[in-house]
Amino acid sequence: MAVNTQCRTATGGPPTEVETRHRGRRSQRFHRDKSLLLFTIPGVCALLLFHYVPLLGNVIAFQDYQPYLGITGSYWVGLDNFAIIINGDPAFLQALENTIVLTFLQVVFVFPAPIALALLLNSLAREWVKRVVQTILYLPHFLSWVIVVAIFQHMLGSAGLVNSWLRTHGYTTISIIGNPDAFKGLITAEVVWKEVGWGTILFLAALSQIDSTLYEAAEVDGASAWRQMWHITLAGLRPLIILLGILRLGDVLSVGFEQIILQQGPVGLAVSEVLDTYVYNNGVLQGSWGVAAAVGLVKGVIGTALVLGANKVAHLFGEAGVYKKP
Amino acid sequence: MSLHFPQVRRLRALTAARISVGAAKAAVLLIFCAAVVVPFISIISTSLADSRQVYAAGGLVLWPERPSFDAYRAVLSGGVVSRALLVSIGVTLVGTLLSLVVTTTMAYGLSRSGSFAHKPILMLVLFALLFTPGIIPNYLMVKGLGLLDSYWSLILPVLVNPFNVIVVRAFIMNIPADLIDAAKIDGANEFQTFVRIILPLSKAVLAVVGLFVAVGYWNNFFNALLYINDQTKWPLQLVLRTYVVNNATLSASDLGGAESLPPQQSLQMAILVISLIPIVLIYPFLQRHFAKGVLVGAVKG
Repeated sequence: MAVNTQCRTATGGPPTEVETRHRGRRSQRFHRDKSLLLFTIPGVCALLLFHYVPLLGNVIAFQDYQPYLGITGSYWVGLDNFAIIINGDPAFLQALENTIVLTFLQVVFVFPAPIALALLLNSLAREWVKRVVQTILYLPHFLSWVIVVAIFQHMLGSAGLVNSWLRTHGYTTISIIGNPDAFKGLITAEVVWKEVGWGTILFLAALSQIDSTLYEAAEVDGASAWRQMWHITLAGLRPLIILLGILRLGDVLSVGFEQIILQQGPVGLAVSEVLDTYVYNNGVLQGSWGVAAAVGLVKGVIGTALVLGANKVAHLFGEAGVYKKP
Repeated sequence: MSLHFPQVRRLRALTAARISVGAAKAAVLLIFCAAVVVPFISIISTSLADSRQVYAAGGLVLWPERPSFDAYRAVLSGGVVSRALLVSIGVTLVGTLLSLVVTTTMAYGLSRSGSFAHKPILMLVLFALLFTPGIIPNYLMVKGLGLLDSYWSLILPVLVNPFNVIVVRAFIMNIPADLIDAAKIDGANEFQTFVRIILPLSKAVLAVVGLFVAVGYWNNFFNALLYINDQTKWPLQLVLRTYVVNNATLSASDLGGAESLPPQQSLQMAILVISLIPIVLIYPFLQRHFAKGVLVGAVKG
C-alpha cells in the first residue's frame, strides 16, 4: 500500500484544481489498476449474463410473451398476467396453500431439529462418539435430491426394505410413497434426513464460543441444568438463530423445487403443486410464459421484502440481524 | 450405616437419572445414525445380490448371500448409464476447473480495496446473493443464447457463485500485502503475482471451494431437467430420475446388450451406488475442511 501511494505522488505531479485533480486521480487509478480489473472481467460477464440480464428478463411478466416474437416483439399487457393472482385462480391458490403448509411444517420440524441435535452432540462426553455421529449425519447433505428421493422410495415404497420386512414377518404393510395423505409428512421427513446433520455445524461452532465460566458461575448460584440451558446456552445461540431465521424467511415461498418435482407424478398436483413447480409446469411445460413469470416475480419480491423487513424488525429489537446497521 | 442411608439413596437416584438420560441420548443418536447407515447398506447389498435372493425378498435385501458384480457389469457395458456417467464426469471436471479459474481471478481482482471500480463490482457480487432471477427468465436466457441441449447449459449458468467469490476474496485479502509488494518490486506484473504468489498460497481455500463446486456439478439435476431434452446427452442425475425414481424399466437394448439382465432392483441400486461413489470418495476431504470453519468464518464475516 505504501509503495502504491509513493508511486502515485511521484508520477502524478502537483494537482492545481479540484476538478482536474479528481479526474487525474481517477485516470491514474485506472492505469494503476487496469490489469487488476482485467481479472474481474470473466466473472463480471458471467454474473451479468446469467444473473442481471435474466433479472431484467422479468419484464415478460407484463407481456403476452411469445417465444417466436421475443421480448422486443411481444405485446405489452400491463397487469393482465397478475390477474391470475389477484382474482385467485384455483390452481394458483392450491399451489399457494401447499407452499404455506409445507413452509409451516418445515419451520416447526426442520428449523429446530439441528439446534436440538447440536445440543445433544455438545452434551456428549466422549469426543470419538461425537465425531462418528457427525461423520455419518453430515453425509446426506452432499447427496443430490434425486438420490435422496430414490433412497426414500426404495426404503419406504411398496417393494422397499421396510415393507418387505413387514410382509415377510406377517404384518400389514404401510403406504407412504405415492399416498397423497402422507405426502407433506414425507417431504418434511426427507428434508430433516438430508439436512439435520449439516445444520448443526453452525450451532456447534456457536456453542464452542460460549464462555465456560458462565456455566461455572451458574453452578455456584445453584442453577439447574435446564435453567443453564435456557439462560446461557440458548441465550448464546440467539444471534445465530435469529440470523438463520431471517435468511429462512427469504425462502418462505420456495420449498424444494427439485425435491417436489421428482415426486409429483404418483400423488397428483392437488397435494404437491407448490409455487415453484407451478411456475415450471405452466411456463416451461405449458408455455404460459407471462403468467409463470408474473408468479415467479411476485414470489421473488415477497421473499426479498420479507428478508429486509425481518432484518429491520431484528434491528428494532437490538439484534445484529443479517448485516450490521449502518 | 443408617446415618449415610439417605445420602446413598439420593446418590443412587442421581446416578440412575444420569444413566437413563444417557441411554435416551444414545437411543436418539442411534436411531438417527441407523436411518442413514441402514439404507446405504441395503442399497449396496441389493446391487450385489443375485436374482434369486432379490426375487425371494420381493425387493431390497439387507445382506447379499452370494455377492456378484453382474449388475455393475450390465450397466457399465455401454448404453444409457455408461454414456450418462461420461457426461457427468466431463461436465463436473470442465465445470469445476472453469468455475475455479473465474472465481479465483474475480476474487483476486476484488482483493485490493480502493482499487479502480472495486466498490461497484463488489456490489454486483453482493446483490447477486440477494436477488435471484427466477426459473422463467433463466430459461429464456439459456434458450436465447442457443444453449438448450448443449453441455454448456449445465456449466455456464452456475459458473460463478457469489458466495464462493466472497470466501476466496476474504482468504486472498489475508495474504500479507508485503509479499505482493515484494513481487512488484522484483518486477512481477499482476498476472505473474497471481500465478506465482496468490495461487500457491491459496491452495487450501481453492481445494475446499473446488470440492464443493464439484459436488454441485455432479449433483445438478435442476439445470439438466430444464435445459437438456436430448436423451443421449443426459447426465447421471436424469438417468437416476428416470430409471430409479420413476422406475422406468431398463431393457437389454438400453444397456450394452447383455443377454440376461440381473433383476431391476439390482440394476437400479447399482446405478445409485455408481452415482454415490464420487461423493463418498471425496467426503473425507470435504469433512476435514468444513470442520475448520471456512464456511463459519464467511457467515460470521
